Amino acid sequence: MTTSLTQLTIHESHERLKTGDVTSEELTQAYIKRIEAVDPQLNCYLTRVFDSALLQAKKADAQLKQKSDVTPLTGIPLALKDIFITKGIRTTCASKLLDNYIPPYNSTVAEKLDRSGAVLLGKLNMDEFAMGSSNEHSAYGPVKNPWDLTRTPGGSSGGSAAAIAADLCAGTFGTDTGGSIRQPAAMCGIVGMKPTYGRVSRYGIIAFASSLDQVGPMAKDVMDCALLLNAITGHDARDATSIAAPVPDYTHGLQSGIKGLTIGVPREYFIDGIDPQIENHVRSAIDQLKLLGANIVEISLPHTEYAVPVYYTIAPAEASSNLARYDGVRYGKAAPGAVDLADLFKRTRTEGFGPEVTLRIIIGTFVLSAGYYDAYYLKAQKVRTLIKQDFLKAFHNVDAIVAPTAPTAAFKLGEKSNDPLQMYLNDIFTIPANLAGLPGISLPCGLTENNLPIGLQLIGKPLDEATLLRIAYAYEQSTEWHTKKPSMQKSDAKK
Amino acid sequence: MNYESIIGLEVHAQLATKSKMFCACSTAFGNPPNSNICPVCMGAPGALPVVNFAAVEMAIKAGLAFGSQIQHKSIFARKNYFYPDLSKGYQISQYEFPLCLGGHLDIPLASGETKRISITRIHMEEDAGKLTHDYGHAEKSHVDFNRCGVGLIEIVSGPDMRTPQEAADYFRKVRQILVYLGVCHGNMQEGNLRCDANVSIRKVGDTKLGTRTEMKNLNSFKAVERAIAYEINRQIAAVERGEIIIQETLLWDDAAGKSASLRSKEDAHDYRYFPDPDLLPLIVTTDWIEGIRKQLPELAAAKAARFVRDYGIPEYDAEVLTAERDMALYYEKCIAVYNSPKKISNWIMTELLRELKNEGIDITACRITPEHLAQLVTLIDDGIISGKIGKDVFEEMYTTGHAPAAIIDTKGLKLVSDTSELDAIIERVLSTNQKQVEQYKSGKVAVFGFLVGQVMKETKGQASPQVVNELLKKKLS
Ligand SMILES: [Zn+2]
Repeated sequence: MTTSLTQLTIHESHERLKTGDVTSEELTQAYIKRIEAVDPQLNCYLTRVFDSALLQAKKADAQLKQKSDVTPLTGIPLALKDIFITKGIRTTCASKLLDNYIPPYNSTVAEKLDRSGAVLLGKLNMDEFAMGSSNEHSAYGPVKNPWDLTRTPGGSSGGSAAAIAADLCAGTFGTDTGGSIRQPAAMCGIVGMKPTYGRVSRYGIIAFASSLDQVGPMAKDVMDCALLLNAITGHDARDATSIAAPVPDYTHGLQSGIKGLTIGVPREYFIDGIDPQIENHVRSAIDQLKLLGANIVEISLPHTEYAVPVYYTIAPAEASSNLARYDGVRYGKAAPGAVDLADLFKRTRTEGFGPEVTLRIIIGTFVLSAGYYDAYYLKAQKVRTLIKQDFLKAFHNVDAIVAPTAPTAAFKLGEKSNDPLQMYLNDIFTIPANLAGLPGISLPCGLTENNLPIGLQLIGKPLDEATLLRIAYAYEQSTEWHTKKPSMQKSDAKK
Repeated sequence: MNYESIIGLEVHAQLATKSKMFCACSTAFGNPPNSNICPVCMGAPGALPVVNFAAVEMAIKAGLAFGSQIQHKSIFARKNYFYPDLSKGYQISQYEFPLCLGGHLDIPLASGETKRISITRIHMEEDAGKLTHDYGHAEKSHVDFNRCGVGLIEIVSGPDMRTPQEAADYFRKVRQILVYLGVCHGNMQEGNLRCDANVSIRKVGDTKLGTRTEMKNLNSFKAVERAIAYEINRQIAAVERGEIIIQETLLWDDAAGKSASLRSKEDAHDYRYFPDPDLLPLIVTTDWIEGIRKQLPELAAAKAARFVRDYGIPEYDAEVLTAERDMALYYEKCIAVYNSPKKISNWIMTELLRELKNEGIDITACRITPEHLAQLVTLIDDGIISGKIGKDVFEEMYTTGHAPAAIIDTKGLKLVSDTSELDAIIERVLSTNQKQVEQYKSGKVAVFGFLVGQVMKETKGQASPQVVNELLKKKLS
């Protein structure tokens, strides 16, 4: 059986594009056909831009033919989470408030993609303003998990993870504020990385929680992940929090193995409430890392239990301020029938924001209020520092940390949507890396009895994405989990 | 009952940078609405602010001039509130950790002494846009975001002023220093400088401060004085009636000459300040501060002292000439062309300032260049024209901006110093005034002036008085 074009990884496609074995136009057409056939079941794409995609493909084919300005992404059909500002292309952040928003400028990431010669197929579904862990909080309906259409793909980058798992694009970029890349990557059986805070420009990323938001690649395998990361990293003068550090080629050294590396296993990440199947597979993965030559040591990150409450104080606080700009005055959908200014603001925001976004704005407004600031926001910032220190201490003795990505595999649509606390606990293993600004990656490490993917998480030192990719690559190449494909069926399994 | 008033001012000064505080948009005034805007200052989704270090440098300059402690680490914070002229739903400001702490400013008192007003802090923030309600739709308001994001410093004084006059003098002095530093254009009409006043009263002898009110929208020196006087009277009258002053924010209506309550303490905004996560703490090194300190320009007081010392002009002249930086520069340019400090000072202090005041413009808009003014004084000193004709030439220079020499040429105003021509005129005058000549010769010396006057009359004032004097004396001896 020959692999269809849409199943190819980016690096495989690149080889075939270079030899002229296949053209970008053919590749793009194959994705368009598949999106049209499959996406109605999944609901990954919020906006499709196939006409401009085909034009980009033709341009890429000309470049490939002339062998000029060819990058590893030239002619590769990609898509973007709908949180990235794309000039002239509708950008909704999965909110009704921005339903009609056509941005006048480009995000740095979109600009870099454009320059790399990649083909943009469209914009992908997500939780509204990236607030959610199941993609059920999209104003445009939930995304279905390709492994089981009755389950969520995780969130907030659910559309991105599902699109890759279902071969609806060759790769994407998501954003990760508390696990929004890694958790859906785990639940859809793909590779997703959140780089160090500041490693990738946030310019043109619709802000959720500015001190936590970070852009990262989502891909079919680790090599693709490295290629995508290469395309977007680096200092950006338009983002004051972006780091001016040299950018390595992340594909270099992938094959150098992990012999001699010390990898820590945090005691606090194997707790009650974690699905035993998840724990078993993650433990087997750790054994595999040992087999590959790594030293495995147990470590402690004592403040882990505070990560969720700290996160759900700081993130909503920043969000409440970041989302204040959506007042219907300059852009977005202004509610009709307002009698005065206050009424315009009230109606626009009440009608425009979904319930989860509203909830978080209210929480955030509360924790910043006079009289509560010290007890909530300020205290949360102090505990955040302690969590960061836990990691930095641990990294004196280890090169990376290994843990599960999420406590459970993909859950049923609607299963947790009425229980925000249960939903929030799903981010328990991913949030700490955001609070500490550290890079993290999730990659497939098994399937549950119900044939649902399980994610293995690696957390690294600041700016040490390369070591994470090296470990991930070594693990991936020694197992077959990354080759498993979703069923695209509904399942009646209960849990 | 005697009351004393306690006044503190918050002065907001627009920084004179070319571009805005957090984006590259122009700060130019008077452009069509919404032409100096970009995704950053419009608060577009995803856009991020980046600090304009030229603005920070100006704020440091101001801090140094006021003797503040420049903080090595300060933090930008978000001040959250909803208003349509605020594009992000928050204003980037500084709250707990401002750039400058402490400082002071000495203001002159009527007694001739000076009074030291303390400065609590100077922090940086961005300006908001401007609402207009007169675009032809009764039911709609419009917002111009050209001003949104322009850098500001807020200079907060201690509650050290006791009279409206002191407050206005303080405000004037703040403006003078900022303009001297080149940190603010200081143009009140264009809204470069705005001021809020905190006012309370207490009985003389009390040490406890009374409840204060905050008066907003004080946009001229006169408004500061009037509004504060109004508020002091209002508070005194209220207390005398046995009322309690409530803490509130008032809006001054300068046209109506009264204030109205904007909001009471209960309705005060909770701005929910928190550090702006889009901006790192602002780090200012000692090297940077010292570099700026070295570039600090000479301020008014020092300049005036130097003028007295180096140019030998009276203290009063020096003070007037240095009141505005641009005037001081003008004066020094004149001196550079023609080193006659007192004469040039006289021309500026009498003729030039009067004309500028009449026209309501400042020296930068003056059509007479310093070179031309200096030339005018030179021409008079050289006896080319008389002082009297000089005044006419000055008028012409002021209206047309032409060079004095050109005006003298085209109008034929040059003094007659050709002695043969004058000889003839003098002969004529002497022969028609025989009687006076006899009187002079018999010792009535006062008649000499009459004869000079007759000669001047004949020459229509274009004769050099010295030359006429000499020639006449020779003829009569
Ligand atoms: Zn701008």
